[in-house]
Amino acid sequence: MTSAVGHHHGPATGITRWLFTTNHKDIGSMYLIFSLLMFFIGGSMALVIRMELVEPGLQVVQPEFFNQMTTMHGLIMVFGAVMPAFVGLANWMVPLMIGAPDMALPRLNNFSFWLLPFAFFMLLSTLVMDGGAPDFGWTFYAPLSTTYAPPSVTFFIFAIHLAGVSSILGAINVIVTIMNMRAPTMSYMKMPLFVWTWLITAFLLVAVMPVLAGTVTMMLTDIHFGTSFFDAGGGGDPVLFQHLFWFFGHPEVYIMILPAFGIISQIVPTFSRKPLFGYASMVYATSSIALLSFTVWAHHMFTVGIPLVGELFFMYATMLISVPTGVKVFNWVATMFRGSMTFETPMLFAIAFIVLFTIGGFSGLMLAISPADFQYHDTYFVVAHFHYVLVPGAVFSIMAAAYYWMPKWTGNMYDEYLGKCHFWCSFVGLNLTFFPMHFVGLAGMPRRIPDYSIQFADFNLVSSLGGFLFGFSQLIFVLVVVKCVKGGKKAEAVVWEGAEGLEWQVPSPAPYHTFETPPEVK
Amino acid sequence: MKERSCSSAALIILAALWSVSAQADWALNMTEGVTEVSRSIYSLHMQIFWICVVIAIAVFSVMFWSIIHHRKSAGAKAEQFHENTTVELIWTIVPVLILVAMAVPATTTLIEMYDTSDSDVDIQVTGYQWKWQYQYLGEDLSFFSNLSTNPDEIYNKVEKNENYLLEVDEPLVVPIGKKIRFLVTSNDVIHSWWVPAFAVKRDAIPGFINESWTRIDEVGIYRGQCAELCGKDHGFMPIVVQAVTDEDYALWLADKKASIAAEVAAAARIWSLEELMERGEKVYQTNCAACHQVGGQGISPMFPALKASAIATKPEQIDEHIKIVLEGRAGTAMQAYAAQLSAVELAAVITYERNAWGNDTGDIITPQSIQSMLKSK
Repeated sequence: MTSAVGHHHGPATGITRWLFTTNHKDIGSMYLIFSLLMFFIGGSMALVIRMELVEPGLQVVQPEFFNQMTTMHGLIMVFGAVMPAFVGLANWMVPLMIGAPDMALPRLNNFSFWLLPFAFFMLLSTLVMDGGAPDFGWTFYAPLSTTYAPPSVTFFIFAIHLAGVSSILGAINVIVTIMNMRAPTMSYMKMPLFVWTWLITAFLLVAVMPVLAGTVTMMLTDIHFGTSFFDAGGGGDPVLFQHLFWFFGHPEVYIMILPAFGIISQIVPTFSRKPLFGYASMVYATSSIALLSFTVWAHHMFTVGIPLVGELFFMYATMLISVPTGVKVFNWVATMFRGSMTFETPMLFAIAFIVLFTIGGFSGLMLAISPADFQYHDTYFVVAHFHYVLVPGAVFSIMAAAYYWMPKWTGNMYDEYLGKCHFWCSFVGLNLTFFPMHFVGLAGMPRRIPDYSIQFADFNLVSSLGGFLFGFSQLIFVLVVVKCVKGGKKAEAVVWEGAEGLEWQVPSPAPYHTFETPPEVK
Repeated sequence: MKERSCSSAALIILAALWSVSAQADWALNMTEGVTEVSRSIYSLHMQIFWICVVIAIAVFSVMFWSIIHHRKSAGAKAEQFHENTTVELIWTIVPVLILVAMAVPATTTLIEMYDTSDSDVDIQVTGYQWKWQYQYLGEDLSFFSNLSTNPDEIYNKVEKNENYLLEVDEPLVVPIGKKIRFLVTSNDVIHSWWVPAFAVKRDAIPGFINESWTRIDEVGIYRGQCAELCGKDHGFMPIVVQAVTDEDYALWLADKKASIAAEVAAAARIWSLEELMERGEKVYQTNCAACHQVGGQGISPMFPALKASAIATKPEQIDEHIKIVLEGRAGTAMQAYAAQLSAVELAAVITYERNAWGNDTGDIITPQSIQSMLKSK
């Protein structure tokens, strides 16, 4: 392994290095590997779903297992793959980008990570329990998730608690690090955008994860201790559950996309060899998206019967969010305009992000139009929409970040040819999978059904074929990572010609300890 | 070699696409529907869609133009500008104006959708796991509507018919040209009653009654589905609405009431074990098999087995068996069937459960005994 650089200590040896480590780079790597593993587990569940939906009729699984697959796929991708991947990137890159020696709370950092394997082991173990895994959708609406839930729901609740504690602690660590550990000359408005977006994301996490924790605790007492928070039969209110869930859930959507905005704002200027257009407006746009995210939750609930005034308020507030989001897209395009672009794998993923996330944004704007939402709501149109913002949005940004910083992490260049193969297969696969979902949704196919009427057969077959292409393409990524860790062309300190920022001042691979004395910021 | 396997894979995919195409269509867009509201929603949908298309063309053409012309390999030199207040103001203000223009018609349509006053016909729609109940308020008429697709079609043993999964035993029948108000609620979990052709989608929530309305322009059969995940058979509780003329509606009402009266009268006569078993099997398939399974084996531990169970075989548990069917079991998915089924159907299904799948108790539960149990309460 990397020999200890300079004086006192390098990494411990053997398994204890990983169990007891307080090093932000080790913990970052563990987060990233964990999330990749979860990405494959969640992804194989998606393939079970797509296999059942190849043609009308029940062929592969029974409806009860199908519901377990949709539920677990959503939970694992959101809480196990996307969120830990961003935390892993923050761990690796935030100290390097602000010139700090490590995260501010290193032991807490270790604890935050090691909660996750236990949380997800518990969640996955429900699959082999009597009555099966949670089967009420990742949104777990009561009373389907309380009175009518399988016994494993209790394990689900504790898994969410553990993952939630992990997220809150991780977020506190990010906030404390960014506020206190910046190099002396790095003012807030000099921070790279990835750091900015993560700071804002961390505040969102601290604000909403406790709401989720409270909600699942209310479920727990409804199930085991005779309360009726969500049970109409006992004077409770099933709609209250949805308000609480989406008060968490909508900011959660931005938790999964704001760090992505940050990543794209790092990559596009690098490969355009031109400074980011509108840095200040990017910061303000991100902040306003975060603030607005607390005022739009009921747009997930347009059909539950909220009053007309509420309906109008949430429609206007939701439409408003498209303005700062639009500003971001315009800024990225303006950054590319009159640049001197090259198209290495990170840039390909970033450009695909801009195009496809914008398509997801457009369908989001359509969904915001409340009267039209009565036709879109709970159809495959919604499935298409949120997969367009999550897959080519969040997931592509994570891939872009991995390719962008992998040479810094490993000290080796990745295989550019394989990287491009990975990109193009993923790009074709995901569009084949998710674009036809717009059509079946508009034609009236509800989401979360294991079987469908024959009018939806063609596009579902296309989606399934695309899904398999996308799923298996991700194996190329594993190959790229393994090859890159093992060897390859040595990377220089400044890996990319147009790259700016403190992370490129340290050698590649980044030594075990960096910035023990704070760097000077230009 | 590699090429050949590629092209044969392509052929297989094409063949698969072709075979499903024989029955299906490549529908791309929302239906315009058959009500004023559904048409205004359709036009909102198309307006916002075209706005998005125009913005997309503008943004992406600048982007791809830059990608083609401002690439390093084409000799482009990077400029260093990084802000322009005028441009930034323009691309903040113009979207706001577009949104305001879009919000106005959306608000008008929404206000119209929320106006449930002055209805001509009121129908209460109640969601159950996994069927719909329709109650015609003021008409003393109520019935359940179950999926009627043959399980053999679902399990691919026979060819699927054109209304596969979109067909029911008893459709909702409504008159055209009248303002119909739906009062939507649920008996168990949250469902959502959706008919795309009317653009009516309302969540059915236990403890709440949601209102919605429609006025249908054309005679026809309109199909929809439950839109909110409601458990195992969420995909198997369709909605079928038959819109008819006023005269046909009046005829249908009279007919329907007469057949319900006949069912009540049938409870008075003596039923043989064979008759009860025959009727009971049908009732069981429609109402019980989704959870307790066709063979009575249930799905452990959520849905207990009836086959060889104490409750369905022990003589001393007959009363308990009847009680659970009539009143349901609190805190589980077992519903109270007293108000859902007629005395004959209740007697038949309990008799069936006590004699099917080798339970063979020989017990006969008569409609009269059910009636007396219901009265004693």
